[in-house]
Amino acid sequence: MNVRTEQKLAFSVLFLCTVLVVLPVLVILGIIVVKGGSALNWGFLTAMPRAGMTAGGIMPAILGTLYLVMGAVLFAVPLGVLSAIYLVEYSREGRISRLIKLAIVNLAGVPSVVYGLFGLGVFVVFLGMGASILSGSLTLGIMILPVIITASREALESVPRSFRVVSLSLGASRWQTIRYAVLPHAIPGILTGTILGLGRAAGETAPILFTVAAFYLPKLPQSMFDQTMALPYHLYVISTQVPGVPENIRFGTALVLLLLVLTLNLAAILLRYRFRKRKRW
Amino acid sequence: MSTDERRLATKVRKVREFLIERTIFVSGITSIVIVALIFIFLLKEGLSIFLTESVFDFLGGQFWYPISDPAVFGILPLIAGSVLVTVGAAILSVPIGIASALYIAEIAPPRTKEVLKAGIELLAAIPSVIIGFIGMVTLGPLIKDLFDIPTGLTALTGSLTLAFMAMPTIVSIAEDAITAVPRQYREAAIAMGATKWQTTWKIVAVAARPGMVAAVMLGMGRVIGETMAVMMVTGNAALIPHSFLQPVRTLTATIAAEMGETVQGGDHYAALFAIGIVLFIITFLINAVTDLYLHRSVRK
Repeated sequence: MNVRTEQKLAFSVLFLCTVLVVLPVLVILGIIVVKGGSALNWGFLTAMPRAGMTAGGIMPAILGTLYLVMGAVLFAVPLGVLSAIYLVEYSREGRISRLIKLAIVNLAGVPSVVYGLFGLGVFVVFLGMGASILSGSLTLGIMILPVIITASREALESVPRSFRVVSLSLGASRWQTIRYAVLPHAIPGILTGTILGLGRAAGETAPILFTVAAFYLPKLPQSMFDQTMALPYHLYVISTQVPGVPENIRFGTALVLLLLVLTLNLAAILLRYRFRKRKRW
Repeated sequence: MSTDERRLATKVRKVREFLIERTIFVSGITSIVIVALIFIFLLKEGLSIFLTESVFDFLGGQFWYPISDPAVFGILPLIAGSVLVTVGAAILSVPIGIASALYIAEIAPPRTKEVLKAGIELLAAIPSVIIGFIGMVTLGPLIKDLFDIPTGLTALTGSLTLAFMAMPTIVSIAEDAITAVPRQYREAAIAMGATKWQTTWKIVAVAARPGMVAAVMLGMGRVIGETMAVMMVTGNAALIPHSFLQPVRTLTATIAAEMGETVQGGDHYAALFAIGIVLFIITFLINAVTDLYLHRSVRK
């Protein structure tokens, strides 16, 4: 075969493979938007489910997911940022920092259902929190910890060394240097990671299965010690556990979850983009 | 401010900073603590199953009858289900994923590249329960009609879904590895008269091989651990499968599907935690080995 034709053929095959990866994404989005769009209205977003979840809205599930991701972020962000500060600003290259990095990689790889087991064992049973928003938030928080640490680390590492050198040479202490000369410049990156973590926490189902999620609740949770419904679990329930849920409610729920998660991701991407453009060093 | 006051202020600041730095150190090692805690709690809740079921019977037992009397906890069918679905996903996703990584990194024009990368990022963001739902309502019926079988929720459906879900991991990590290959390699090859394709395939792809291996391993780690989508599309039959067109039940799906019906502290409960131990060890090994492998090839 001629080398030119060979190249043309090879490139076409590679292109086809890429289409095979990206096209289904668009197909999935298209199906959900087309079939779920008709369900989407104010009532669907703000009403309680009725008639065994075959009618009415999904408000308690939306609210529950918001509670859960807020709790997860409140727990994971301070811990994750401090952990990143330790890795970037304090630890020296050595055994401990190697071990921490290995632990982060492993945390990122632990199956989400194993996080669910962990949350059940530690928060629900051992610490006696029961199946509650608190247990679910903490479980989700631990799950998104690697995302937050990794993003914060990158953000801190991208602050030039000279900022630290100058601050220290002016007599600032190590913590003052971090607090006033490094951290402010890392905030956008940390925020990006936080939003990505939010998106991840909002969409996960397995970690909340045994730690908080309720099949159906007639009223809204009153405190963080109550169970709650949640969007991803609700989608699972109405598409596999409850027969006879109308198609547009199922697709509508999927659409709301998708919109929530994609909006968060889009926000993170825009933030990162703007931040990169504005950077002056 | 007098000297005394200043001294006091400095002292207060120093104490405060000492406390802050302690907190930072403690936070720094939380990741290690959490990994250890996960393992400890899985063991704590799961080990008791081995009082009634030997390790050999548990891992090698052919029957998973958790609610019959007496209950039998053999997870071989579940392991077989996970392995079958994962192998299927690997066969589909590895060549296609590597090919698209090569296309995106080496061939696509800059604008197309950005669009494709955004598409892949989008895929990574879609929650697995949504992919499972779509797989269930579109792919399932399709496979049912195509092969004329009683149910479309089979190992094949699972493999297709998971192959798709492994793509972001495989493509983005492989793409990073390809992009990291030094420019001189390409320039030298082109200068010797090689075509762009020959350079891409015989030089760049070979140089990026360690990164590609890592990409595949991490992708498979993701596939083994995937829970919701796989539970929704594989039909959930805890039997040793003989073909791709049968329903199967994976390790992850078993935990997710059955934990709700167990009695806390009972045998069934412990057995599900023991499955968690197996999963934790598998993914731990995959990640640790990949990390060490990457580290070694970087140092070389």
